[in-house]
Amino acid sequence: MSFRLSLFAGVACAALGAMGASAQSLVYCSEGSPEGFDPALYTAGTTFDASSHPIYNRLTEFKVGTTEVLPGLAESWTVSEDGKAITFNLRKGVKFHSNANFTPTRDFNADDVIFSFDRQGNPDNPYNQVSGGTWEYYTGMSMPELVSSIEKVDDYSVTFNLTRPEAPFIANMAMDFGSIVSKEYADAMMAAGTPEMVNQAPIGTGPFSFQAYQKDAVIRYLRNDAYWGDAAKVQSLIFAITPDASVRYQKVKAGECHVMAYPTPADVQAMKDDSDIVVMEQEGLNVGYLAYNTKVAPYDNPKVRKALNMAIDKQAIIDVVFQGSGQIAKNPIPPTMWSYNDAIVDDPYDPEAAKKMLADEGVSDLNLKIWAMPVQRPYNPNARRMAELMQEDFSKIGVTVEIVSYEWGEYLDRSKAEDRDGAVLLGWTGDNGDPDNFLAVLLGCDGVGASNRAQWCNEEFDKVINEAKVLPTQAERAPLYEKAQVIFKEQAPWATIAHSVVYMTMRPEVEGYVVHPLGGHIFNQVGLSQ
Amino acid sequence: MLNYVLSRLLTFVPTFIGVTLISFMFIRMLPGDPIIVMAGERGVSPERYAELSAQFGYDRPVYVQFFEYLGGVLQGDLGTSFVTKRPVWDEFFTLFPATLELSICAMIFAVALGLPAGVIAAVNRGKFFDRALMSTALVGYSMPIFWWALLLIIVFSGNLQWTPVSGRIDLLYYFPDPTGFMLIDAVASGQKGALFSAVRHLVLPTIVLGTIPLAVIARQTRSAMLEVLGEDYIRTARSKGLSPARINGIHALRNALIPVITVIGLSVGTLLAGAILTETIFSWPGIGKWMVDSIFRRDYPVVQGGLLLIAVMVMIVNLTVDMLYGVINPKIRKR
Repeated sequence: MSFRLSLFAGVACAALGAMGASAQSLVYCSEGSPEGFDPALYTAGTTFDASSHPIYNRLTEFKVGTTEVLPGLAESWTVSEDGKAITFNLRKGVKFHSNANFTPTRDFNADDVIFSFDRQGNPDNPYNQVSGGTWEYYTGMSMPELVSSIEKVDDYSVTFNLTRPEAPFIANMAMDFGSIVSKEYADAMMAAGTPEMVNQAPIGTGPFSFQAYQKDAVIRYLRNDAYWGDAAKVQSLIFAITPDASVRYQKVKAGECHVMAYPTPADVQAMKDDSDIVVMEQEGLNVGYLAYNTKVAPYDNPKVRKALNMAIDKQAIIDVVFQGSGQIAKNPIPPTMWSYNDAIVDDPYDPEAAKKMLADEGVSDLNLKIWAMPVQRPYNPNARRMAELMQEDFSKIGVTVEIVSYEWGEYLDRSKAEDRDGAVLLGWTGDNGDPDNFLAVLLGCDGVGASNRAQWCNEEFDKVINEAKVLPTQAERAPLYEKAQVIFKEQAPWATIAHSVVYMTMRPEVEGYVVHPLGGHIFNQVGLSQ
Repeated sequence: MLNYVLSRLLTFVPTFIGVTLISFMFIRMLPGDPIIVMAGERGVSPERYAELSAQFGYDRPVYVQFFEYLGGVLQGDLGTSFVTKRPVWDEFFTLFPATLELSICAMIFAVALGLPAGVIAAVNRGKFFDRALMSTALVGYSMPIFWWALLLIIVFSGNLQWTPVSGRIDLLYYFPDPTGFMLIDAVASGQKGALFSAVRHLVLPTIVLGTIPLAVIARQTRSAMLEVLGEDYIRTARSKGLSPARINGIHALRNALIPVITVIGLSVGTLLAGAILTETIFSWPGIGKWMVDSIFRRDYPVVQGGLLLIAVMVMIVNLTVDMLYGVINPKIRKR
């Protein structure tokens, strides 16, 4: 109740009265509620849409619609010769938002940068345990092992000292956990005995300031007129939380929302046929796959894996499971990612050849378990159906399939086991647009027994991706990743299945919306025609 | 009457302890570990897992966790959601008014239509009205809530545009919500048209949530009325020349109400179960959807605390129903 009252106070003091959803208000029908508003505490895209994108900035930013990294709160950066010290030169004159409980007395500076990261990695920081902080994204990206120290050079430059050269580090800084929070605000809230307000009533430097959140219903933002970058095109931004996709569609049709996320694939054609609705699409930065256990015979034989891959009718999967909203995957990284090797030819769908290959390897009467995920994901909207289609495909080459499934937590846990029985349907959505985020995490030797569900450790592949990781430029790294994809295709630890296509549905008056490949819904430069 | 109330209140204690234990064990008996679910596809290293287990207190024996939880509950501390990082108590009371408002409206709708429908059907037993009303009630009872809600939205919000699609009030209106009850807050805001907008937003969710209780109440009223209408005192009343309205409306209905009130009391549980789907479809920010999300996320504090609070609410409603028996039938309170 106190939270509601504090929001009420904030709203009242903002002296905005009854701010209407006028023509200058953009209404976005979002699919769920944010867990909170401090992005570093969370890992869900729905939370980032509501927090890091409108409210905060990062040292570097992804250019909307691409995975290109641009300067953000850091105007520039320099990398030491050994690649282990990165100094960010900070932007001057950047203002933090204010609310009923806080008015900043100074501009953004190095103290805010150090605080934003120190609280995530330093157990002695007073904010480390606030709001039950587990800092999953920060730890998940191996930042505690990577960052040895953060030094303030002066008020407007900060040096990150790393334990090893790490090319994706600059892109990591553009990720949501890198959102810069105000140290002054955090100190003020700690002194007031309400440190959780940093999460509940956020203060950032972004294009919109937080106005109010009615839990599970509506989030309201106001344009930040003191924004350092290009000002937002609408006066206010409203998230109308609408969990059901069919209802979101009806709301867009009725004009109650301007933009909606995640339409049901079955509705997409009707939306495209409707002249009052605009549908945008882009390949998602994800991949869905079937990971064999390469440590268990006969799946330790690349030819057997290759034969199984050739028995899968991927087009049927795209048509039935994705209902057209996907594309066949031939590589372990999506086509929108730099270094994607388009020269690679996918395994052909050829059950007869597959059958012969299995016979040549002396494999007969093969029984395979396929693990079907119990949850929907963009990279696999219906794993059970996908498994059934594969069961049918494999039966044509004499392989008997048993489909198994577990509760999601169990599924994730058991599928990591190195002696796992069966092939696992799973997938991945990229974090930072860097190939290392797919290839090293999902296929590197360090991931065996963890995120590498194929339990595949190939020395040549590992050497190539580790070399690429420490090179400073994309131009130098790309050929190595292209080579890694060739090795992957030869060795076939997975059957690569699909990359999803992401759809965004909006009304015709919405201008300037760009579908972001990293999955966020960003309204900073979206306007409404009169 | 006081003794009766006290004896009913005493039964609260074992029920409360039982519910606390069941709600605590329920989520732990489900497969799935909250830390692994939280980490998702990324996974979590054994060291990190151990750290987080210690942080959340899951590394201790379950009985230690339970007694600590029980101690907290008795002091009014239901724990903190490890998803939103907010106290369960705060979350519940932020969301509960929305569920309560919708449930009250749905119940008023169900009783206001169900009681007269049942009486009319009983009085016209075997005739067209009876068959039509009872067939409709059967359809209403069997209707999947999800399908019914979408159908109403498509027809009344999409095609006819008589009602809004979802939400509690038009986004045009923005005012503080100190009580959490939109109808009250809309009136208190003084904004022109706010109350009307809130009422329009309530129409479809009320119909959807109230449909099953309406069908149950109508059928129960009919059967209770039929039983009472066959009693001797009704025949006596008829022979005395009392008007049918007086016989049916006062003498018969009052005696038929006891089983109907029991059904209404039990419908509270149905309403809360129905609220899960209704709230999801109509984007209604209540406790139904909150609980479901928490189960999927294995958010132990929210699931155990939420279940406990809901159970207490149901217990209070049932106690109220028991009190009502006494009001309607003085014999009960004298026992």
